[in-house]
Parts: sequence; structure tokens; C-alpha cells
Amino acid sequence: MLTFTVRRLLYGVLLLFVIVTLAYLLLYAAAGNVGRTILGPTATQATVALKNQQLGLNSPLLSRYFSWLGHALTGNFGSSWFTNQPVTTAILTRLQVTLTLVFGAVIVSAVVSAVLGVWAALRGGWVDRVIQVFSVLGFAVPGFLIAVFLVRYFALGLHWFKPTGYVPITYYFGGWVRTVTLPVIALSIGLVAGVAQQVRSSVIDALRQDWVRTLRSRGLSERSVLFKHVLRNAGGPALSVLALSFVGLLGGAVIIEEVFGIPGLGQVAVLATSEGDVPLVMGLVVAIGVIVILVNLVIDLLQGFLNPKARIS
Amino acid sequence: MTEVAATGVLAPDVTSDMRAARTHLARRFLKNPLGVAALSVLVLIVLAAVFAPLLTSYNPNAVSVLSILQGPGAGHLLGTDGAGRDVWSRLLYGGRYTLAGALLATFVAALLGITSGLVAGYYGKWFESAASWVTTLLMALPGIVVLLAARAVLGPSLWTVMIIFGVLLAPAFYRLVFTAVSGVRNELFVDAARVSGVSDFRIISRHILTVVRAPVIIQASIVFGIAIAVQVGLDFLGFGDQSIPTWGNMLNDGFTNLYRDPQLVVWPGLAVVLTGVALTLFANALRDELEQSARPSRRRRAAAAVAATAAGSAGPDTDTIVHEEPGSPAQAPLLDIENLAIGYPQPDGSVTRVVNDVSLDIRRGEVHGLIGESGSGKTQTAWSVLRLLPSGGEILDGSIRFDGEDLSKVPETKMRDLRGGRIAYIPQEPMSNLDPSFTIGNQLTEPMRIKLGLSKAEARARALKLLGQVGIPDPERTFASYPHELSGGMAQRVLIAGAVSCEPDLVIADEPTTALDVTIQAEILDLLRELQQELGVTILIVTHNFGVVADLCDRVSVMQKGRIVEMGSARSIFADPRHPYTRSLFDAILDESPARGPYAETRP
Repeated sequence: MLTFTVRRLLYGVLLLFVIVTLAYLLLYAAAGNVGRTILGPTATQATVALKNQQLGLNSPLLSRYFSWLGHALTGNFGSSWFTNQPVTTAILTRLQVTLTLVFGAVIVSAVVSAVLGVWAALRGGWVDRVIQVFSVLGFAVPGFLIAVFLVRYFALGLHWFKPTGYVPITYYFGGWVRTVTLPVIALSIGLVAGVAQQVRSSVIDALRQDWVRTLRSRGLSERSVLFKHVLRNAGGPALSVLALSFVGLLGGAVIIEEVFGIPGLGQVAVLATSEGDVPLVMGLVVAIGVIVILVNLVIDLLQGFLNPKARIS
Repeated sequence: MTEVAATGVLAPDVTSDMRAARTHLARRFLKNPLGVAALSVLVLIVLAAVFAPLLTSYNPNAVSVLSILQGPGAGHLLGTDGAGRDVWSRLLYGGRYTLAGALLATFVAALLGITSGLVAGYYGKWFESAASWVTTLLMALPGIVVLLAARAVLGPSLWTVMIIFGVLLAPAFYRLVFTAVSGVRNELFVDAARVSGVSDFRIISRHILTVVRAPVIIQASIVFGIAIAVQVGLDFLGFGDQSIPTWGNMLNDGFTNLYRDPQLVVWPGLAVVLTGVALTLFANALRDELEQSARPSRRRRAAAAVAATAAGSAGPDTDTIVHEEPGSPAQAPLLDIENLAIGYPQPDGSVTRVVNDVSLDIRRGEVHGLIGESGSGKTQTAWSVLRLLPSGGEILDGSIRFDGEDLSKVPETKMRDLRGGRIAYIPQEPMSNLDPSFTIGNQLTEPMRIKLGLSKAEARARALKLLGQVGIPDPERTFASYPHELSGGMAQRVLIAGAVSCEPDLVIADEPTTALDVTIQAEILDLLRELQQELGVTILIVTHNFGVVADLCDRVSVMQKGRIVEMGSARSIFADPRHPYTRSLFDAILDESPARGPYAETRP
């Protein structure tokens, strides 16, 4: 199990290295005249050249890359070209906001999908059909449209929640709830649609297994059969779907943060890419890569916990 | 979030046995009302976009300061937007760009994914590992961020963005095609084609592409939907090419004017939702038909089985041959089944009867064999005693008296007390009857703690003792093992230990040796005999093997087509089998198992 985990971790790091390298080379190769971009069309040729020199853009691409990589390993990703704010600070301050949304969505989706999926599997009939319809809608309707709808009715209409902005949980809990609820719902619905379907089919699958009859024959309560045994066996496939959706969730957060005006990584991404702020973009690539690797690692560990067969492979 | 769902989840079940699916799929699909409705909606949307100039006379880009934010009315069918442009014409022309962009992305993804999937699946080798690397890489990238970065570098062109997104979505097709092709690569019909000198190109196009055609269409419609969602999302954020009308740009304008004219987001939103839902329903319907046509054999087999039992129930209503025994028992039987009938109600209102009018009694302390060929209803009878019939099964008639109490009538809570505690069960197939996710120890101790009220430590001690009793060499180790770490024989011993763990009066063993190797079968039979003698437990053993009966049983009931045809002591039935079916079962022993030869002498 340990070697398996370590191997997965090393693989993830290697993958991150490849992504980062490709991103760096492509972004800088395509960046054009950076000094001109930053200073605008009115700056003189001399100031542009000076700016380029300050940014170290005159040395060859590869040597710049290795120097960046060396600094990156020590946690120094340089500074934003436009605001001069250190990239690490810019990202870390926004990271927790995005993580709140994304993990909030993961937790909400996991719970809601488990409830809906089990319910649909056990009840069948109209409950099942309603959940099927909901799944199709959740899958087909883009998250940001749901977000617009939620803002329109629950924020602007009923005033239950704030339409925009973000209040840190440490600052004021009530405010935090009023700002994160809608974005988390908007992020969750698509995920719930996929995961609930998976839970439903794996619960139906597990209930058909021979060992369910044997467990019942031992006189176990239906609750234990269902919630201890069946659910644990059905959990693995559902977790895989959740894991596969995680990367998409980070992408979804970019749009959702934009709709709700939430100062998270998404806003940094939008700002940095639209301005062509390459150091900031590189910092984002690294941050997202690390999150994805860590999440996959946690999912692997959870899979090992749920499925003893996964532990030996 | 939807983008990954498509790349990962879909592939396995769609590819399963697709060869059978080719036939008549299109015809079957056209009979699926939901699928046809979805397809019609899609066709209408496409037609509306294609014939936009015929449906509106407005230029979608004509800005008019004089007619900003007009409501729907005579001049403008759906009103005007924040720049005074006609909403209806923008919706129609927007469809052109939005759909064409998504089509481009789908085309690029399909072209890259299918080609690389075919090459990797058909030739394998280094290309396969390289391709799987690139796939992992692409799937670790959040699409939106890549597209934003690409836009920053390459400018806001709809077509460029969609081509890049197509590359990002290529794994969706790659995985699908790769799985299908590597599954089919070594199939006989492909080998045959290769041997007969058909070129690789022809094999791929003739035999392999047809296999993946339908799943690729399904995947394409899902990818198409995702491409629309992402493209509209980017435009909505204002990252698109603002000079062209797209649904996303309309949403962007609508969102800006959300306070002033909320219905501006409604029309493009509706267009996106309608297209998305239609695509999803189309894909679902096609997949349903594909999965159904992939397993016609199973349905035919089920139909055959039902026909067989139905024929059986219509058979001659002869009486059970009962071998008279000297001195009938003083005690009342432990289990007394009378006129039991079991059936499965069908959706059309009829009932498929699998057991008809079964009567048998099991005396305290005896081993009773219920013998018959598969499909005779003996396992159904056994399950009905535990009231654990498969879903849909019902006791239609008769009574099952256990220690004087009619099990067909007691409430479920009472039944739960009896199960495990007084009536226990040993299943047929050991490996599939242990929960794979829990240790043996956990599965053994859980019932004991409920039934016997033992503490965790007591239950553990008792479980270890039981494991030793059933002949497991290292109880501690087995206790901590998971089912997949045991052999079949070991697992069956564990299940036997589980069955007797709570000191039951009656053990129902459903073909306990059928799934095991011959040498292990003998060991398990020995174990059952020992336990029976040690614990004095009553056993109902279901089997199709007279050898097992000869080894273990005191009395036997012979079952055929849902009824008992002959019943009596094992000795007298062996000496004098009267029913032709019983005799045919004896003949079967001769054919299949010479090891049980000696009993041939007892044949008349």
C-alpha cells in the first residue's frame, strides 16, 4: 500500500513537471514583446527595452526556464508583471476561497448523491424517475446558467443570499453562509447528476450480489446490510466518478466565481490570462497541478479503505 | 464538471459486447419515443440555425441606439438587447456560430481520439503507452484555464478556441475506441481476416470501425454538448469574439442587463438548455437501445426458462411416492412444509410458478436431502424457508411450520430474529457469498454480537474457536483476512462457521459443495457430518448429487419441476427408487461420477 501510494505520488510529480515545462515554454514562446504589452503603445522603444531587461527577458528561453524552476522549487514564483505582487501571495490569499467552494461542492455532492442514489435504487418507481429526470437536467444544463438562475431568484428576488462577493468564515459566519451557499449549489448540481446516477446503479448492483442474501440469512438488520455493507461496496465506483469530476470542478469554479464576483483563483485566472501576466499564469498552473495531485492521492487512499482489493495492486 | 464525466465514466459499459449491437440498432432507436423526440428537437434547432436568413429579416449585428431593450412586440419578435439588436435574429444566427463551433470541437476530438485509439488499440506497443500518457496529461488540465490561457496568447477566435478544446476532449474518444479495439483485436473474426490476407487498413475499416460506430455517436453527442457548454461559458464571461452573435455573447449581454430586462438571459439560456437536454436524451436513448440489443441471448434464455417451468407446472398432477417407514417419529417435525407454492408475478399480471404444492417434513436432528436437477425449484424452496426469495418472489400458497410457527405469516422482525439465530444458511458459491469489503472476522462477529449479545472480545474468541473447529489451520490469520485472500474451500469453511456460529436449530445448506473441487467436496461433506454429530443440529441439504445424499442424509425428498415426486429414508430410496425421475437421477450418477460407483449395485 505504501509503495503504491509513493509510486502514485511520484507519477503525479512527474506529470506536474511535464505540464509545467510545456506551459512555460509555450507561454513564453507565444508571449511576444512583453515590455510593449505591459507599458502600452505610447511607451518609447527605450523604456520597452529597459522593461524587458528588468524582467530578464533577454536571456535565452531555456536558461530563463531553469532559473524559474530553481526558484519555484524554493517557493518563489516571481512577481506579477502588472501589479508587482509576489505570485505566491497572490495565489495563496485566493486559494482558500476557491478551495472552500470546491470542497464545499464535493462534500455537498457526495452527501446529496448518496442520499438520492440510494433512494432511487431502493424505491424505484416515481422517485427513481424524478431522480433520472433531474440527472439529465443536471448533466445537460451548464453550471453557470444554474448560477444565473439562482442569483436571479434567491439573491435578487428573495434576498436570502448575497448575489456577489465573499465574506471569510473567520470574519463573520452568517455572511460566509450567505455568500458561499449559491455558488456551492451551482457547482454541485452537475456533479450530483453524475454521481447520484453512479450511486444508484452500484447500489442496485450490490443488492443483487449473493452475499447480501447471506448477510440477511445471518439475521442482520436491514439497516446494517444496507448502510454498512451495500453502501461501502457501492462507494468505490461513486468515488471514482467524483475524483474524475474534480478537475472539471476547478474549471467550473472559474466561471462560477466570475458570476458571483468571488475573489478566488478563478478571478486570478481570468485576470492573469486576459492581461497575459505569464508569471501569475505559471503560478496558477503549479497550484492547480498540486491540488489535483493531492486530491488524487486522497482518493487513492480512500479507495484502498473502501476496497481491500485495491490495496494490493 | 461535465467534461470529465464524458472522458472517464462512459467508456466501459458502452463498449461491452458491441458487436451484437450493430444489427437493427437504427431501427430500434426509431421506436424509442424519447430518443426520436430528442432527435427531432435537435434537427429543428439545426434547421433554424441553417435557415436563419429565411426566418428573420434583421441583421443580428445591427446596433440601434433608438431601440435599446425593447420588449417583445410587433417590430421585434423577442425584443431587442442592450445594444438595440434584434434578439430573435441573434438567437438564430447565434445558433449557427455556437453549433458550428461545437461541431468543430467534436470533429477535432473525434478525429484525434479515434485515430490514436485505433492505432494504439490495434498495434499497441510504444504508441499505446505514449498515448495513455498524453491522455492522463490532458485529463489533469482544467479545460477552462487552458482555454483562457490560449485565448490570451492567440486572441479571442471562436474557431481557435474550439480546436484547442477539441484536442483537450480527444481522450473521450481515445479511451472508448482503444478499449473496444484492444478487446476486439484478438477476436477470431479479426484473426480470420488477417490470416486470409486482408490488409490492416481493410480490417480496421470493415471489422473494427463498425464495432465502435454506435458508441462513438453516443460519445460525440455528449462531447458536442460539453463543447457548447464550455464555449457558451467562455463567451458568457466575455472572453469570446464579441463581433459575432453567439448564444454565449447573448447571455453575457443578458447578464449585464439582468436588473433591467431579466428575459434577455431567458432566450439564449433556453436554447442552450434545450440543446443540452436533447443531446443528453438522444445519447441516453441510443445507449439504452445499444445495451438492450447487446444482450438478446440472455432474454431468450430467460424466456426459455420461464417456458420450461410453465410447462412443468402444467404436467400431470401425480401424488408423491412416500416410502413407508417402520415406526413413525414420536416428536413433531422441526420443519413442516405443506402445499407450498412459490411464484413470480409478471408485469402482464400472470404469475410464473416455480414451486407447486411442495410438502415435506424434517425431523429434529436429521439430515434431510432435497434433491433434483437445476430448475426443479429446490433452491427456491430452501430460500422460502428463510423468507429470502429474490425480489419479486412470493409464497403464493401453503404453510412453512418451523417449531410450530408458520413462517409464511410471521412479521419480518420476528423472521429476522429467527434468521441466523435459529435457522441458518450455507450458500452454494463460497466466493460470492462473503462481502468483499469486510474482513472475515468482521463478518463472523457481527451476527454473534447481535444474536448472542457477545462483547467484541467474546465474539472474537468464539469466532477464532469456530474457525479452528471448521478446520482452518491458522484462525488468527483467516480472521484478519479479506475474502479475496481465501481459497474457495476456505471460504466455504468460513461460511459454515458463520452458519453455526449462533447455535441454530436448523441449517439450510444450498448445494454446499457444488462450486468446489472434488477433493475439497469430500472434506466439506466430512465437516458437515462432524458438525451435525457434534452440535446435534438439523440440516436441510439441497443438492443435485446422489453421492452427497448417500454420504450424509437420513431422509430424502426428490423434487422435479416444482413438486416432490418421491420421499423416504435414504436407505429405502437407494434400495428401491420407484419414480422414473428418481431412477433417471441414479443413471446420471453412473454417467458423471464413477467414484460413487458402489451405489450402482443397489439399482433394481
